[in-house]
Parts: sequence; C-alpha cells; structure tokens
Amino acid sequence: MREGDELPPLTVPVTRTLVVAGALVSRDFQDVHHDAEAARAKGSPDIFMNILTTNGLVGRFVTDHFGPEAHLRKVSIRLGVPNYPGDSLVLTGRIVSMRECTAEVSVVGTNRLGRHVTGTVTVILPSALPSPAPSLSSSSSSSSAPPPSPARAPA
Amino acid sequence: MAARWHRGVTAQPSSYAESSGDLGPGFLTAPAYLTDSQIIREGGQVRDPVDIHPLLKGYEGRPAAAAARAGDPVNAPMIRHWCEVMGDTNPAYTGPDAIAPPTMLQAWIMPGPGGPVHRSPAYRELVGLLSTAGYTAVVATDCEQEYPRPLRPGDAITYDTVIETVSPRKTTRLGAGYFITTRTDLRVDGECVGSHRFRVFRYAPAGVAVPSAASRRDAAPAESARPLPVVNRDNAAFWEGVAARKLLLQRCDVCAAPRFPWLPGCGECGSPEWTAVEAGGAGTVFSYVVVHHPALPAFDPPYAVGLIQLAEGVRMISNIVGVPHDRVRIGMPVDLEFVQVGGGAGVDGEQLLPVFRARAERSAR
Repeated sequence: MREGDELPPLTVPVTRTLVVAGALVSRDFQDVHHDAEAARAKGSPDIFMNILTTNGLVGRFVTDHFGPEAHLRKVSIRLGVPNYPGDSLVLTGRIVSMRECTAEVSVVGTNRLGRHVTGTVTVILPSALPSPAPSLSSSSSSSSAPPPSPARAPA
Repeated sequence: MAARWHRGVTAQPSSYAESSGDLGPGFLTAPAYLTDSQIIREGGQVRDPVDIHPLLKGYEGRPAAAAARAGDPVNAPMIRHWCEVMGDTNPAYTGPDAIAPPTMLQAWIMPGPGGPVHRSPAYRELVGLLSTAGYTAVVATDCEQEYPRPLRPGDAITYDTVIETVSPRKTTRLGAGYFITTRTDLRVDGECVGSHRFRVFRYAPAGVAVPSAASRRDAAPAESARPLPVVNRDNAAFWEGVAARKLLLQRCDVCAAPRFPWLPGCGECGSPEWTAVEAGGAGTVFSYVVVHHPALPAFDPPYAVGLIQLAEGVRMISNIVGVPHDRVRIGMPVDLEFVQVGGGAGVDGEQLLPVFRARAERSAR
C-alpha cells in the first residue's frame, strides 16, 4: 500500500429500507429520514439518508480495505447532494499519505445527483503485519476466521 | 430589513472540492435538492425571516450539554444491529474481544424520539429563538470525529457539548439560515474516548410562509419565553439545591469566606476546595433597578430587580415580589421564597427560581 493507491470502490444501493434502517440503528428519529410527507413539507422531494449512516458507510468502506487489524483514528466528512431512495452510492478512495503506520485516505461518495460525501479518514495500520500487495480477489467474508490478508473485497 | 449574505449561489457539484473551505456545502446549493417548481411562492414573493444573527452569536461558547450520560452503555446488540444495516462484516466488531465500530460514536449519545433530554437551557433557548423566528428546519452538513481509543461493550459514556460557532446568515437553495457547530467530548471513567464536531444548518424552508409577529407570539414555545438557568459543572450543585427549595452558597474550606455566585475557586485565597452551605433566607435590599424596557415576552414591565444582601454576607440578584415596583426601597427587609416558572427541565416544564418577598410588617428605613 502506497501513497496514490486507489481503494476498490464500494457500491451501496440506497434503498428506502437502508435510509430508514440506517436512521433507526443510529437512533436518529428526525422525520426527514423516515417520513416522506414530512420531508416534502420541509422542501425535500423525499426522505434522505442521515449523516450517521453515511459516516458508518465511509468507515466500513475504509476498514473493508485495510482489514480488521486496522483502527480508525479520525473520520471527517462533509455532505453534498442528498442520498434519496432509489439511488446508488459509489464510494471511492485514494491513499493521500502513508507515514509509518498511519494512512490518510481521501474518500468521495457520488450518486447520480453528484457528490454526496467528501471526507478524509485517518487509519492506524497494524505495525506488526507485513504490508502485502492488496489482493482484490473476492473472498466471502467469514466473521469466525479473519482473512490473513488485510485486504477484503467490498461486499 | 434583513441583510443578505449569499444570495442565489448555484455552485455546481463539480466545483465542490475547490470550495471545501466555504461553509456552504454542496447540497445546499445544488439544484437537485429543491427545484424552483417546488418552491411555493405566496403572493408572488418569498420573504426571508428576520436576520437574528446578533442574538444567536451570544450563544457561542455556551454549553449545549454538561456532564450528560449516554442512554445505554456500549453494548453488543446495538453494535450488531448497526453492522447488519451498514453491511459491515468486520470481525473486529464481533466476539469476546469486540470493539464498537468507531463511526457509531454519535449513535451512543443520540436522544430518543421524544427529543433531547440532555440539552442545556442555553441550547434550547438558541433553538427556540430560531424556531420562533421561522428557522424551523435542520440538516446536518459536517461531522468530524476522532477516536483516541476503541469503545467496548460495557463502556458507560458521559459527554459535554459546547456551542462552538454560529455563522452569519447564509442563503441557500434550501432557504436562509445559520450553520451551527458544536463540539462534543465523550469520556469513559474520565478518559477521553472520542471527540465529535458536528455542524447543522438550521433554516427557514424556502417558500414557506414566514410567521407574522402576532402568530410568533402565540406560537412561541414556552421554553423560549423565560430565560432559563445555564447549568454547568461549576454551578450544578446550586441548581440542585434550588430544585430542593434550598438556597446554597459556597464556603471556602481554607479561609471560610462565603461566596456567591458559584465559582470554581475562592476569590479571597484561591482555594478550589469548598463546601455548600444553606442560606437562612433573610436579607435586605442593597440596591435595585426598575425595568421598563425592553418588553421581553416572559416579563411584564415595569418590575423590580433587586441586589439582595443576604444575612450570610453575600449578595444575589433576583426579583423582589410582594411589593409594587415603585415601593421598593434600599434597606427593605426581604425573605427568600421559591416561585415556579414555565419552560424548565423539571416535571411538566417546572423550573423553580429563588426570589425575595418584601417583609410586609416592617417599613423601610
């Protein structure tokens, strides 16, 4: 893993279920995330994904790549266009700096309206592990047996 | 007439990266969020609410939550539900040595559907001012989190939030409003486990009718009427005393000097050690003013505000009741009593306040 390396993109279908369930598991009961009528009354054409779900997806995107031994140290995101149901969010990332055990990853998430999220994630990598070339082979994720390679394919 | 700061900004999404230093995030200006056809133009024109930035600015630096507790300790079921929805199969989040997904940080301190219970009176006042003026809608725009150490099941989180900044008014495709930035520090057993800077845009939805002054008065939420105490860790014990109908002073453990209002250190000797002592409640009017203006909604001028010399030797500002405002005199004996005002944090919005009643049987000197 080197500066300039791209992370394998992660595509997340933005279903109505994901928008509502994401709001609920993050305990965000703002009506614009589950009630389309209320969202329209506030000037939005439909419900839209809350920032906590976007944050969770960005975190998952980065740890999917660096593996379970990597620790998120900092996640900074800014929202752009909203994620409405029926759209698709494509997260892309690039390693912008790699110093000792710390990687800084620039993340952009786009949907058909434009950029939904831009952000920077700082991740601490396990210093003990060698740094093999990231394998992009699609391995089924098994929670009982972590893959030896820090690279995991996006679901 | 309200000032306009950014009118009709229509940044293209492609210019977003270059504008990252600007407060206005892309979706607030991108055409997709709200199309012109969806703006309901009443009477052919859309009117923005009044700019209340000078009022809002005063809330910078004030607490939005003080020594608040998360509703639940970090726990495996909430972690599992989160991972299921996010599609996150990271094995670090399961098993006996599981950690919580770091990006769950804010989820641990979210309020329930009934709304925030830990919000300080200062924050509720700020939101009340905004709603009353017509800035009724909110969207989150930025989230910056740091995770000094992982959270694990069983961790009981406490947190403090401060209102960092309130932007000047910005006009976006959503409507006109203010970016409000808060910073929350989360702790477990005193150890910092996370920091969370959060920015929201509170706005008046474009095209929605601005409430008239009369309807604002009618619709003003009770919580925004009477200014409520700002409770922080330095004065929390005082307000706990008030809730129990006790007026508590601080007495320095080193030099025994009494002090009021509540402060972290002794003004005489500097010692941070103190003991709370209950005031007997007797006092005299040391000085007073009669308020005629401004006519704030929660008050009924003219009314007297007294500087009361307590028998214990400290002075306190409060209302003087039980005597017409023009009959208050310096030296008048007064006695402590507690009155209940609306809009507080207690049962049914009860908020007790200490006031002083003129002792009727004695005349002023």
